[in-house]
Amino acid sequence: MRRGLRISLVTLTGAALTLAASACGGKKATTGGDAGDGKKTVKVGLAYDIGGRGDKSFNDAAYAGLQKVKSTLNLEVKDIEATKGESDNDKVQRLELLAKSGYNPVIAVGFAYAGPLGKVAKNHPNTKFAIVDDSSVTGPNVTNLVFAEEQGSFLVGAAAALKSKTGKIGFIGGVDTPLIKKFEAGYTAGAKHAKPDIKIDVKYISRGTDTSGFSDPAKGKTIAEGQYDGGADVIYHAAGLSGVGLFQAAAAKKKYAIGVDSDQYQTAEAAQKPLIITSMLKRVDTAVFEFVKAAGEGTAKSGPVTFDLKNDGVGYSTANAAEIKDVQAKLDEYKQQIISGAITVPTK
Amino acid sequence: MNRLKNSPLALTILAAVIALAFSAAVTSIVLSLSGFNPPSTFQAMIEFGLEPDSVVNIVNRASTYYLAAVAVAIGFRMGLFNIGVDGQYRLAAMLAAAVGGAVALPPVLHQAVIILVAMLVGALWAGIAGLLKVTRGVSEVIATIMLNFIATGIIAYLLQNGRLGTQVAGSDNIGTEPIASSGRVGGIPYPGADLKIFGLVLLAVAMGVAFHIVVERTRFGFDLRATGLSPSAAVASGVDAKRMVVVAMLLSGAAAGLIGMPQLLGSSYSYGLDFPSGLGFVGIGIALLGRNKPVGIVFAALLWSFLDQSSQILEFNEIPKEIVAITQAAVLLSVVVVYEVVRRLGLRWQQQAVAAELADRDPSPKEVAA
Repeated sequence: MRRGLRISLVTLTGAALTLAASACGGKKATTGGDAGDGKKTVKVGLAYDIGGRGDKSFNDAAYAGLQKVKSTLNLEVKDIEATKGESDNDKVQRLELLAKSGYNPVIAVGFAYAGPLGKVAKNHPNTKFAIVDDSSVTGPNVTNLVFAEEQGSFLVGAAAALKSKTGKIGFIGGVDTPLIKKFEAGYTAGAKHAKPDIKIDVKYISRGTDTSGFSDPAKGKTIAEGQYDGGADVIYHAAGLSGVGLFQAAAAKKKYAIGVDSDQYQTAEAAQKPLIITSMLKRVDTAVFEFVKAAGEGTAKSGPVTFDLKNDGVGYSTANAAEIKDVQAKLDEYKQQIISGAITVPTK
Repeated sequence: MNRLKNSPLALTILAAVIALAFSAAVTSIVLSLSGFNPPSTFQAMIEFGLEPDSVVNIVNRASTYYLAAVAVAIGFRMGLFNIGVDGQYRLAAMLAAAVGGAVALPPVLHQAVIILVAMLVGALWAGIAGLLKVTRGVSEVIATIMLNFIATGIIAYLLQNGRLGTQVAGSDNIGTEPIASSGRVGGIPYPGADLKIFGLVLLAVAMGVAFHIVVERTRFGFDLRATGLSPSAAVASGVDAKRMVVVAMLLSGAAAGLIGMPQLLGSSYSYGLDFPSGLGFVGIGIALLGRNKPVGIVFAALLWSFLDQSSQILEFNEIPKEIVAITQAAVLLSVVVVYEVVRRLGLRWQQQAVAAELADRDPSPKEVAA
């Protein structure tokens, strides 16, 4: 009996702790189902795929667009991340949760949302949806925000080849998915166009369904060091957060690097900045902002909206003027040729 | 009180309740320290978790978690650590999806072929580790971890255009050829929900029953448990230890092959870059939580699934969803500790009960001897 008492005491203490903690107060949580007050303010919802904010590249570009929406258009915004190992039904429910709670428009970031978005968009015909990086899902209320990554990569490939003194450059891809291969294809084509005899060392951090390559700076650094030691003196990465490792290696070896998606010159450390020649800009921020604006004005079109060199949806950064200015004339020439159709950039 | 003392089931439930209360307390403290209100947070989680669509997702997720945990538990019951369940189910799901997309068969047969291929691939992949253990003495932990990496590599190699992968126009995803409607398994509607419960939830139920019967009610199961409790005693009583290792790994792998099936045949119909990964590792935690018992794992899988599901509403309320990871870790840790404490208490009560009974029956044994 005495021991039994002791156990119930333990349970009681646990319950008391719970109660004590509950008395501390704090932020109240809601279950989200308050579609009623959705009319007062426009609420913009955004859902990331696995990884989410903090990659200083792709997802952060989407976040930057959302922040611009918040500050410029003065709208309420909400962004939610995916859980590791989740299935498409979880994505369905996430988008459903946003749509049901009065978020309109709703933006899904990443190709993995294609199937789920198709299902949810049908249930909410009055909500505007957008998906970044996919044009396979269609609907009267679905806008596909797609990018010509190969065109921007072509220009930075040309820049790499022109800046290289050793005649050898590198490419580090996060994961060998079709999307990242588009970056590689454009980069290779651009480099070969500028210098036909250039050698390109191509490496991927992880392969197939293993997406760790987008968030592994240590491996990114090791691969970059290997490529620099192998004679490459400019390396371009399309590897999300792993690109941080490339910049560390560049600073250590005093060799050049090229950033991706966002203007990574802006977020790099002081020692790395002079070595980041340029960044391939994929203006997910512009795409998100323009879409929300158009949705607000009722002019959002369904179907694919392509962001390419012509409408400055992709491009290259000139923030590091000291390094980029001697090749800028050449790059702008190529840019015009791509826009006019004189150069066709491969996607594979 | 005496009844509670003598019932192992009651002790188990008591332990689980204490562990839950403890983890709720830990979570509350963390929430309060971060400036959130614990009761309203729990309330939001429970309300969201009871919405029809959430219930469907919880059941669906729990069914895959359950299969994963059973696959792990089969190995655990005989002291084998099959850490490779993750690689086994991914490779199995991928190859089964490829076969299912390539063949045209009538319904029932089509599904059966896909499921059999998955079990076979899972079993063979796990069997490699089993063979290495009995022939070369390689620890199954090392072998299965390595096999996970190799499986990832094989999947990456095969999932390319021109091999087993195809790419839908306009999509950056790449996956196997979709399985035709004859090979799909319809969902079970749930009142009020848009989503449907995977038809293959029943497969998880069948797996649980089979696991119980094989392990608890057959000679093979007895050998398995005996080997797990004391390998040397089992060998001494005539159990072929090497054969048991290989067979247990094959069974564990075959069960692992089933993990991806509810998702594949019920929703994805194709193995692509977005297919759920990492379920094998979740299974290890759930098997531990469920004490490797068929019924215990049901509750563990449902709890885990509920916590994962309700974490969605947390982020919606600007509460970091990592809170749920803290809850899960606290549950796991406290369960291990509390079970051990309760087990020892139970043992002591049992000894006291036996001593008391002996004292009643035979008041003065020494005098008789003298």
